[in-house]
Amino acid sequence: MRIKDKLWAMIFIGLFSLTVWVSPAFAEASVEAAAGGHAWWFWPIVLFFVTFIMGILAVLGGVGGGVLYVPIISGFFPFHLDFVRGTGLLVALSGALAAGPGLLKMNLASLRLAIPVALIASTCAIVGAMIGLALPTNIVQIALGATILGICILMLTAKKSTLPDVPKADRLSSALRICGVYQEASTGEIIDWKVHRTPLGLALFVLIGVMAGMFGLGAGWANVPVLNLLMGAPLKISVATSKFLLSITDTSAAWIYMNKGCVIPMMVVPSLVGIMFGSFVGVRLLKIAKPTFIRWMVIGILAFAGIKALSKGLGF
Amino acid sequence: MEEKTQDLLKTSPEQILYAKILEKGMYLGLLILFITFGLYAFGILDPYIPLNKISEYWSYNVNDYLHHAEIKAGWAWLGMVKYGDFINFIGISLLAGVTIFCYVAIIPTLLKNKDIVYAIIAILEVIILGAAASGILAVGH
Repeated sequence: MRIKDKLWAMIFIGLFSLTVWVSPAFAEASVEAAAGGHAWWFWPIVLFFVTFIMGILAVLGGVGGGVLYVPIISGFFPFHLDFVRGTGLLVALSGALAAGPGLLKMNLASLRLAIPVALIASTCAIVGAMIGLALPTNIVQIALGATILGICILMLTAKKSTLPDVPKADRLSSALRICGVYQEASTGEIIDWKVHRTPLGLALFVLIGVMAGMFGLGAGWANVPVLNLLMGAPLKISVATSKFLLSITDTSAAWIYMNKGCVIPMMVVPSLVGIMFGSFVGVRLLKIAKPTFIRWMVIGILAFAGIKALSKGLGF
Repeated sequence: MEEKTQDLLKTSPEQILYAKILEKGMYLGLLILFITFGLYAFGILDPYIPLNKISEYWSYNVNDYLHHAEIKAGWAWLGMVKYGDFINFIGISLLAGVTIFCYVAIIPTLLKNKDIVYAIIAILEVIILGAAASGILAVGH
Protein backbone atom coordinates (compact mmCIF):
# COMPACT_ATOMS: atom_id res chain seq x y z
CA MET A 1 0.00 0.00 0.00
CA ARG A 2 1.32 3.45 -0.95
CA ILE A 3 2.07 6.00 1.77
CA LYS A 4 -0.45 8.40 0.24
CA ASP A 5 -3.21 5.79 0.57
CA LYS A 6 -2.24 5.07 4.14
CA LEU A 7 -2.38 8.78 4.93
CA TRP A 8 -5.83 9.11 3.39
CA ALA A 9 -7.01 6.07 5.32
CA MET A 10 -5.66 7.48 8.57
CA ILE A 11 -7.21 10.91 7.92
CA PHE A 12 -10.58 9.30 7.21
CA ILE A 13 -10.40 7.09 10.28
CA GLY A 14 -9.27 10.02 12.38
CA LEU A 15 -12.17 12.19 11.27
CA PHE A 16 -14.63 9.34 11.72
CA SER A 17 -13.29 8.63 15.20
CA LEU A 18 -13.22 12.29 16.18
CA THR A 19 -16.80 12.85 15.06
CA VAL A 20 -18.09 9.96 17.05
CA TRP A 21 -15.79 9.87 20.03
CA VAL A 22 -15.48 13.55 20.89
CA SER A 23 -19.02 14.57 20.12
CA PRO A 24 -21.08 14.14 23.27
CA ALA A 25 -24.14 14.26 21.04
CA PHE A 26 -23.67 10.63 20.11
CA ALA A 27 -23.45 9.38 23.66
CA GLU A 28 -26.24 11.63 24.87
CA ALA A 29 -28.37 10.72 21.90
CA SER A 30 -28.70 7.24 23.36
CA VAL A 31 -30.18 8.59 26.55
CA GLU A 32 -32.31 11.17 24.75
CA ALA A 33 -33.63 8.58 22.35
CA ALA A 34 -34.50 6.26 25.17
CA ALA A 35 -36.30 9.10 26.82
CA GLY A 36 -38.13 9.94 23.64
CA GLY A 37 -35.80 12.75 22.48
CA HIS A 38 -36.23 11.80 18.81
CA ALA A 39 -39.17 10.81 16.69
CA TRP A 40 -39.51 7.00 16.48
CA TRP A 41 -38.25 6.92 12.91
CA PHE A 42 -34.99 8.76 13.67
CA TRP A 43 -32.85 5.79 14.72
CA PRO A 44 -34.23 3.34 12.11
CA ILE A 45 -33.38 5.88 9.38
CA VAL A 46 -29.90 6.51 10.80
CA LEU A 47 -29.52 2.73 11.08
CA PHE A 48 -30.50 2.35 7.43
CA PHE A 49 -27.92 4.90 6.24
CA VAL A 50 -25.14 3.55 8.44
CA THR A 51 -25.81 -0.06 7.36
CA PHE A 52 -25.94 1.14 3.75
CA ILE A 53 -22.40 2.51 4.10
CA MET A 54 -21.44 -0.65 5.97
CA GLY A 55 -22.73 -2.75 3.07
CA ILE A 56 -20.51 -0.80 0.65
CA LEU A 57 -17.47 -1.08 2.93
CA ALA A 58 -18.07 -4.78 3.57
CA VAL A 59 -17.96 -5.59 -0.15
CA LEU A 60 -15.00 -3.33 -0.87
CA GLY A 61 -13.11 -4.41 2.24
CA GLY A 62 -13.78 -8.11 1.68
CA VAL A 63 -15.45 -8.68 5.04
CA GLY A 64 -18.90 -9.85 6.07
CA GLY A 65 -21.61 -7.43 7.17
CA GLY A 66 -21.98 -9.06 10.59
CA VAL A 67 -18.44 -8.37 11.71
CA LEU A 68 -18.90 -4.65 11.04
CA TYR A 69 -22.47 -4.49 12.27
CA VAL A 70 -22.17 -5.69 15.86
CA PRO A 71 -19.23 -3.60 17.10
CA ILE A 72 -20.29 -0.42 15.31
CA ILE A 73 -24.00 -0.54 16.11
CA SER A 74 -23.48 -1.67 19.70
CA GLY A 75 -20.83 1.00 20.19
CA PHE A 76 -22.56 4.03 18.75
CA PHE A 77 -26.31 3.40 18.80
CA PRO A 78 -28.74 3.36 21.71
CA PHE A 79 -29.69 -0.29 21.14
CA HIS A 80 -28.81 -2.85 23.80
CA LEU A 81 -26.15 -5.42 22.86
CA ASP A 82 -28.72 -8.24 23.13
CA PHE A 83 -30.73 -6.82 20.22
CA VAL A 84 -27.64 -5.85 18.25
CA ARG A 85 -26.32 -9.41 18.39
CA GLY A 86 -29.70 -10.87 17.39
CA THR A 87 -29.94 -8.44 14.48
CA GLY A 88 -26.27 -8.93 13.56
CA LEU A 89 -26.84 -12.64 13.14
CA LEU A 90 -29.87 -12.02 10.93
CA VAL A 91 -27.87 -9.52 8.86
CA ALA A 92 -25.05 -12.05 8.37
CA LEU A 93 -27.59 -14.81 7.73
CA SER A 94 -29.42 -12.83 5.05
CA GLY A 95 -26.15 -12.08 3.26
CA ALA A 96 -25.28 -15.77 3.32
CA LEU A 97 -28.76 -16.78 2.14
CA ALA A 98 -28.57 -14.33 -0.74
CA ALA A 99 -25.15 -15.52 -1.90
CA GLY A 100 -25.46 -19.22 -1.01
CA PRO A 101 -27.67 -20.56 -3.82
CA GLY A 102 -25.55 -19.02 -6.59
CA LEU A 103 -22.30 -20.21 -5.04
CA LEU A 104 -23.66 -23.74 -4.65
CA LYS A 105 -24.98 -23.86 -8.21
CA MET A 106 -21.63 -22.64 -9.57
CA ASN A 107 -19.96 -25.42 -7.57
CA LEU A 108 -17.74 -22.89 -5.81
CA ALA A 109 -19.30 -23.51 -2.42
CA SER A 110 -18.80 -27.17 -1.61
CA LEU A 111 -21.66 -28.89 0.21
CA ARG A 112 -19.34 -31.85 0.94
CA LEU A 113 -16.88 -29.59 2.70
CA ALA A 114 -19.58 -27.55 4.42
CA ILE A 115 -21.77 -30.32 5.87
CA PRO A 116 -19.33 -31.77 8.46
CA VAL A 117 -17.92 -28.34 9.29
CA ALA A 118 -21.42 -26.89 9.67
CA LEU A 119 -22.47 -29.60 12.12
CA ILE A 120 -19.67 -28.62 14.48
CA ALA A 121 -19.90 -24.86 13.92
CA SER A 122 -23.70 -24.67 14.26
CA THR A 123 -23.74 -26.82 17.41
CA CYS A 124 -21.05 -24.67 18.96
CA ALA A 125 -22.80 -21.47 17.81
CA ILE A 126 -25.79 -22.56 19.91
CA VAL A 127 -23.48 -23.03 22.89
CA GLY A 128 -21.87 -19.65 22.16
CA ALA A 129 -25.27 -17.93 21.95
CA MET A 130 -26.31 -19.49 25.25
CA ILE A 131 -23.07 -18.40 26.92
CA GLY A 132 -23.37 -14.91 25.43
CA LEU A 133 -26.92 -14.50 26.69
CA ALA A 134 -26.12 -15.88 30.13
CA LEU A 135 -23.09 -13.68 30.78
CA PRO A 136 -23.40 -10.10 32.07
CA THR A 137 -23.46 -7.56 29.23
CA ASN A 138 -20.23 -5.80 30.26
CA ILE A 139 -18.30 -9.08 30.15
CA VAL A 140 -19.62 -9.82 26.66
CA GLN A 141 -18.78 -6.27 25.62
CA ILE A 142 -15.18 -6.61 26.87
CA ALA A 143 -14.81 -9.99 25.14
CA LEU A 144 -16.33 -8.52 21.98
CA GLY A 145 -13.85 -5.63 22.03
CA ALA A 146 -10.93 -8.00 22.49
CA THR A 147 -12.21 -10.27 19.70
CA ILE A 148 -12.64 -7.35 17.30
CA LEU A 149 -9.09 -6.19 17.99
CA GLY A 150 -7.94 -9.79 17.40
CA ILE A 151 -9.80 -9.79 14.07
CA CYS A 152 -7.96 -6.59 13.10
CA ILE A 153 -4.62 -8.29 13.80
CA LEU A 154 -5.78 -11.33 11.83
CA MET A 155 -6.79 -9.11 8.90
CA LEU A 156 -3.43 -7.35 9.01
CA THR A 157 -1.29 -10.46 9.25
CA ALA A 158 -3.13 -13.38 7.63
CA LYS A 159 -1.97 -14.28 4.17
CA LYS A 160 -4.07 -15.95 1.53
CA SER A 161 -3.12 -18.73 -0.79
CA THR A 162 -4.95 -18.96 -4.09
CA LEU A 163 -4.08 -22.61 -4.57
CA PRO A 164 -2.52 -24.09 -1.43
CA ASP A 165 -0.25 -27.08 -1.84
CA VAL A 166 -1.94 -30.17 -0.44
CA PRO A 167 0.42 -33.09 -1.09
CA LYS A 168 -1.93 -35.71 0.30
CA ALA A 169 -5.46 -35.68 1.65
CA ASP A 170 -5.67 -36.80 5.27
CA ARG A 171 -7.51 -39.97 6.29
CA LEU A 172 -10.62 -38.22 7.58
CA SER A 173 -11.12 -36.07 4.49
CA SER A 174 -10.49 -39.12 2.28
CA ALA A 175 -13.10 -41.12 4.20
CA LEU A 176 -15.58 -38.25 3.91
CA ARG A 177 -14.60 -37.71 0.24
CA ILE A 178 -14.08 -33.98 0.82
CA CYS A 179 -12.65 -33.00 -2.54
CA GLY A 180 -13.84 -31.45 -5.76
CA VAL A 181 -13.14 -30.02 -9.17
CA TYR A 182 -13.88 -26.55 -10.44
CA GLN A 183 -12.98 -24.47 -13.44
CA GLU A 184 -11.11 -21.21 -12.87
CA ALA A 185 -13.13 -18.74 -14.93
CA SER A 186 -10.24 -16.33 -15.57
CA THR A 187 -7.88 -18.95 -17.04
CA GLY A 188 -10.15 -21.85 -17.95
CA GLU A 189 -7.91 -24.11 -15.89
CA ILE A 190 -9.48 -27.18 -14.26
CA ILE A 191 -8.59 -27.22 -10.57
CA ASP A 192 -8.70 -30.52 -8.74
CA TRP A 193 -8.74 -29.83 -5.00
CA LYS A 194 -8.56 -31.79 -1.78
CA VAL A 195 -7.96 -30.88 1.86
CA HIS A 196 -5.68 -31.93 4.67
CA ARG A 197 -5.39 -31.37 8.46
CA THR A 198 -9.14 -31.96 8.67
CA PRO A 199 -9.26 -32.98 12.40
CA LEU A 200 -7.45 -29.79 13.43
CA GLY A 201 -9.62 -27.71 11.10
CA LEU A 202 -12.80 -29.20 12.56
CA ALA A 203 -11.48 -28.58 16.08
CA LEU A 204 -10.98 -24.90 15.27
CA PHE A 205 -14.58 -24.67 14.10
CA VAL A 206 -15.59 -25.40 17.70
CA LEU A 207 -14.03 -22.08 18.67
CA ILE A 208 -15.34 -20.28 15.57
CA GLY A 209 -18.88 -21.49 16.26
CA VAL A 210 -18.78 -20.41 19.90
CA MET A 211 -17.52 -16.94 18.96
CA ALA A 212 -20.05 -16.53 16.15
CA GLY A 213 -22.91 -17.38 18.50
CA MET A 214 -21.61 -15.45 21.46
CA PHE A 215 -21.05 -12.16 19.64
CA GLY A 216 -23.47 -12.47 16.70
CA LEU A 217 -20.59 -11.63 14.38
CA GLY A 218 -20.92 -14.05 11.51
CA ALA A 219 -17.63 -15.87 11.13
CA GLY A 220 -16.27 -15.35 7.62
CA TRP A 221 -13.19 -13.66 9.11
CA ALA A 222 -12.23 -16.97 10.75
CA ASN A 223 -13.75 -19.49 8.33
CA VAL A 224 -11.65 -18.42 5.37
CA PRO A 225 -8.20 -18.64 7.03
CA VAL A 226 -9.01 -22.08 8.48
CA LEU A 227 -10.42 -23.50 5.24
CA ASN A 228 -7.76 -21.92 3.05
CA LEU A 229 -4.54 -21.71 5.03
CA LEU A 230 -4.97 -24.64 7.41
CA MET A 231 -7.06 -27.17 5.48
CA GLY A 232 -5.70 -26.18 2.09
CA ALA A 233 -8.92 -25.57 0.15
CA PRO A 234 -8.39 -23.18 -2.81
CA LEU A 235 -9.14 -19.55 -1.94
CA LYS A 236 -12.25 -19.34 -4.13
CA ILE A 237 -13.67 -22.55 -2.65
CA SER A 238 -12.82 -21.32 0.87
CA VAL A 239 -14.46 -17.92 0.42
CA ALA A 240 -17.58 -19.37 -1.23
CA THR A 241 -17.94 -22.26 1.23
CA SER A 242 -17.38 -19.89 4.15
CA LYS A 243 -20.14 -17.58 2.91
CA PHE A 244 -22.52 -20.51 2.47
CA LEU A 245 -21.48 -21.96 5.84
CA LEU A 246 -22.71 -18.80 7.57
CA SER A 247 -26.23 -19.62 6.42
CA ILE A 248 -26.08 -22.72 8.65
CA THR A 249 -23.94 -21.49 11.57
CA ASP A 250 -25.85 -18.25 11.96
CA THR A 251 -29.21 -19.98 11.61
CA SER A 252 -28.66 -22.03 14.76
CA ALA A 253 -27.50 -19.05 16.84
CA ALA A 254 -30.17 -16.76 15.37
CA TRP A 255 -32.89 -19.12 16.64
CA ILE A 256 -31.49 -18.92 20.18
CA TYR A 257 -31.57 -15.11 20.05
CA MET A 258 -35.01 -15.07 18.45
CA ASN A 259 -36.50 -17.43 20.99
CA LYS A 260 -35.01 -15.36 23.77
CA GLY A 261 -36.76 -12.26 22.38
CA CYS A 262 -33.66 -10.46 21.07
CA VAL A 263 -35.22 -9.49 17.75
CA ILE A 264 -36.94 -6.15 17.20
CA PRO A 265 -38.30 -5.85 13.64
CA MET A 266 -37.78 -2.07 13.64
CA MET A 267 -34.05 -2.77 13.93
CA VAL A 268 -33.89 -5.84 11.69
CA VAL A 269 -35.56 -4.60 8.51
CA PRO A 270 -33.75 -1.23 8.13
CA SER A 271 -30.46 -3.06 8.81
CA LEU A 272 -31.17 -5.79 6.26
CA VAL A 273 -32.29 -3.36 3.57
CA GLY A 274 -29.38 -1.01 4.28
CA ILE A 275 -26.75 -3.74 4.08
CA MET A 276 -28.32 -5.24 0.94
CA PHE A 277 -28.53 -1.93 -0.93
CA GLY A 278 -25.04 -1.05 0.25
CA SER A 279 -23.74 -4.38 -1.05
CA PHE A 280 -25.32 -3.76 -4.47
CA VAL A 281 -23.63 -0.35 -4.66
CA GLY A 282 -20.39 -1.82 -3.29
CA VAL A 283 -20.25 -4.40 -6.06
CA ARG A 284 -20.58 -1.62 -8.64
CA LEU A 285 -17.92 0.49 -6.93
CA LEU A 286 -15.56 -2.46 -6.81
CA LYS A 287 -14.34 -1.68 -10.33
CA ILE A 288 -13.16 1.84 -9.47
CA ALA A 289 -12.38 1.62 -5.75
CA LYS A 290 -8.95 1.03 -4.32
CA PRO A 291 -9.41 -2.20 -2.37
CA THR A 292 -6.21 -1.82 -0.34
CA PHE A 293 -7.20 1.63 0.85
CA ILE A 294 -10.71 0.43 1.72
CA ARG A 295 -9.29 -2.57 3.55
CA TRP A 296 -7.09 -0.30 5.67
CA MET A 297 -10.10 1.87 6.35
CA VAL A 298 -12.22 -1.12 7.41
CA ILE A 299 -9.44 -2.34 9.71
CA GLY A 300 -9.19 1.16 11.21
CA ILE A 301 -12.94 1.44 11.77
CA LEU A 302 -13.03 -2.06 13.28
CA ALA A 303 -10.12 -1.24 15.59
CA PHE A 304 -11.88 1.91 16.72
CA ALA A 305 -15.14 0.02 17.29
CA GLY A 306 -13.21 -2.67 19.18
CA ILE A 307 -11.64 -0.08 21.50
CA LYS A 308 -15.04 1.52 21.97
CA ALA A 309 -16.57 -1.87 22.90
CA LEU A 310 -13.73 -2.48 25.35
CA SER A 311 -14.10 0.92 26.97
CA LYS A 312 -17.89 0.51 27.16
CA GLY A 313 -17.49 -2.89 28.80
CA LEU A 314 -14.94 -1.55 31.26
CA GLY A 315 -17.25 1.35 32.04
CA PHE A 316 -14.98 4.19 30.85
CA MET B 1 -11.33 -37.69 -21.22
CA GLU B 2 -13.19 -34.45 -22.05
CA GLU B 3 -16.49 -36.12 -21.09
CA LYS B 4 -15.02 -37.32 -17.78
CA THR B 5 -13.81 -33.80 -16.94
CA GLN B 6 -17.22 -32.36 -17.72
CA ASP B 7 -18.80 -34.98 -15.44
CA LEU B 8 -16.44 -34.04 -12.61
CA LEU B 9 -17.28 -30.36 -13.05
CA LYS B 10 -20.99 -31.01 -12.66
CA THR B 11 -22.59 -29.90 -9.42
CA SER B 12 -23.94 -32.86 -7.42
CA PRO B 13 -27.73 -33.39 -7.46
CA GLU B 14 -28.06 -32.89 -3.68
CA GLN B 15 -26.14 -29.61 -3.94
CA ILE B 16 -28.44 -28.39 -6.74
CA LEU B 17 -31.50 -29.41 -4.75
CA TYR B 18 -30.19 -27.66 -1.63
CA ALA B 19 -29.45 -24.49 -3.64
CA LYS B 20 -32.92 -24.41 -5.23
CA ILE B 21 -34.75 -24.72 -1.90
CA LEU B 22 -32.44 -22.18 -0.27
CA GLU B 23 -33.07 -19.72 -3.10
CA LYS B 24 -36.85 -20.08 -3.02
CA GLY B 25 -36.97 -19.86 0.76
CA MET B 26 -34.75 -16.79 0.77
CA TYR B 27 -36.85 -14.93 -1.82
CA LEU B 28 -40.10 -15.88 -0.13
CA GLY B 29 -38.79 -14.90 3.30
CA LEU B 30 -37.53 -11.52 2.11
CA LEU B 31 -40.75 -10.83 0.19
CA ILE B 32 -42.90 -11.62 3.21
CA LEU B 33 -40.61 -9.58 5.46
CA PHE B 34 -40.79 -6.49 3.24
CA ILE B 35 -44.57 -6.70 2.87
CA THR B 36 -45.17 -7.19 6.58
CA PHE B 37 -42.73 -4.41 7.46
CA GLY B 38 -44.65 -2.11 5.11
CA LEU B 39 -47.89 -2.99 6.93
CA TYR B 40 -46.13 -2.19 10.21
CA ALA B 41 -44.20 0.96 9.36
CA PHE B 42 -47.03 2.62 7.42
CA GLY B 43 -49.48 1.96 10.23
CA ILE B 44 -51.74 -0.34 8.19
CA LEU B 45 -51.61 -2.88 11.01
CA ASP B 46 -51.55 -1.60 14.58
CA PRO B 47 -48.38 -2.60 16.41
CA TYR B 48 -48.32 -4.19 19.85
CA ILE B 49 -45.71 -1.65 20.95
CA PRO B 50 -46.76 1.78 19.61
CA LEU B 51 -44.18 3.18 17.20
CA ASN B 52 -43.60 6.26 19.33
CA LYS B 53 -42.79 4.03 22.31
CA ILE B 54 -40.40 1.62 20.60
CA SER B 55 -37.30 3.69 21.38
CA GLU B 56 -38.06 3.33 25.09
CA TYR B 57 -37.55 -0.41 24.87
CA TRP B 58 -34.53 -1.11 22.69
CA SER B 59 -32.01 0.21 25.19
CA TYR B 60 -33.17 -2.29 27.84
CA ASN B 61 -31.57 -5.69 28.06
CA VAL B 62 -33.79 -8.42 26.68
CA ASN B 63 -35.17 -9.54 30.04
CA ASP B 64 -36.22 -6.02 31.00
CA TYR B 65 -37.63 -5.46 27.51
CA LEU B 66 -39.80 -8.57 27.77
CA HIS B 67 -40.85 -7.64 31.29
CA HIS B 68 -41.72 -3.99 30.58
CA ALA B 69 -43.39 -4.70 27.25
CA GLU B 70 -45.19 -7.74 28.71
CA ILE B 71 -44.04 -9.99 25.91
CA LYS B 72 -43.46 -13.72 26.24
CA ALA B 73 -40.33 -15.14 24.63
CA GLY B 74 -40.15 -18.12 22.24
CA TRP B 75 -42.95 -18.94 19.86
CA ALA B 76 -45.49 -16.83 21.77
CA TRP B 77 -45.31 -14.37 18.86
CA LEU B 78 -47.53 -16.77 16.89
CA GLY B 79 -50.41 -15.66 19.08
CA MET B 80 -49.60 -12.00 18.37
CA VAL B 81 -49.35 -11.97 14.55
CA LYS B 82 -52.38 -9.74 14.36
CA TYR B 83 -50.05 -6.92 15.45
CA GLY B 84 -47.94 -5.03 12.91
CA ASP B 85 -44.66 -5.64 14.73
CA PHE B 86 -45.15 -9.34 15.40
CA ILE B 87 -46.34 -10.20 11.90
CA ASN B 88 -42.75 -9.51 10.80
CA PHE B 89 -41.65 -12.66 12.60
CA ILE B 90 -43.25 -14.76 9.84
CA GLY B 91 -40.63 -13.63 7.31
CA ILE B 92 -37.81 -13.66 9.85
CA SER B 93 -38.66 -17.22 10.90
CA LEU B 94 -38.79 -18.35 7.30
CA LEU B 95 -35.33 -16.89 6.66
CA ALA B 96 -34.00 -18.54 9.79
CA GLY B 97 -35.74 -21.83 9.07
CA VAL B 98 -35.13 -22.42 5.36
CA THR B 99 -31.85 -24.23 6.04
CA ILE B 100 -33.72 -26.93 7.98
CA PHE B 101 -35.93 -27.60 4.93
CA CYS B 102 -32.83 -27.78 2.71
CA TYR B 103 -31.27 -30.44 4.94
CA VAL B 104 -34.49 -32.46 5.16
CA ALA B 105 -34.77 -32.38 1.36
CA ILE B 106 -31.28 -33.76 0.67
CA ILE B 107 -31.45 -36.67 3.13
CA PRO B 108 -33.32 -39.01 0.71
CA THR B 109 -30.81 -38.25 -2.08
CA LEU B 110 -27.89 -38.97 0.24
CA LEU B 111 -29.49 -42.25 1.35
CA LYS B 112 -30.25 -43.21 -2.26
CA ASN B 113 -26.58 -42.65 -3.12
CA LYS B 114 -25.60 -44.79 -0.11
CA ASP B 115 -23.79 -41.78 1.34
CA ILE B 116 -24.65 -42.99 4.83
CA VAL B 117 -22.18 -40.86 6.81
CA TYR B 118 -23.42 -37.64 5.21
CA ALA B 119 -27.04 -38.72 5.62
CA ILE B 120 -26.40 -39.24 9.35
CA ILE B 121 -24.65 -35.86 9.62
CA ALA B 122 -27.59 -34.22 7.80
CA ILE B 123 -30.08 -35.89 10.17
CA LEU B 124 -28.04 -34.72 13.17
CA GLU B 125 -28.00 -31.18 11.74
CA VAL B 126 -31.79 -31.23 11.37
CA ILE B 127 -32.10 -32.35 15.01
CA ILE B 128 -29.73 -29.62 16.20
CA LEU B 129 -31.32 -26.83 14.18
CA GLY B 130 -34.76 -28.14 15.14
CA ALA B 131 -33.81 -28.04 18.82
CA ALA B 132 -32.54 -24.46 18.45
CA ALA B 133 -35.68 -23.42 16.60
CA SER B 134 -38.05 -25.15 19.01
CA GLY B 135 -37.06 -22.88 21.88
CA ILE B 136 -36.24 -25.75 24.25
CA LEU B 137 -32.71 -24.40 24.63
CA ALA B 138 -33.68 -21.46 26.83
CA VAL B 139 -31.14 -19.21 28.52
CA GLY B 140 -31.11 -16.00 30.48
CA HIS B 141 -28.93 -13.36 32.06
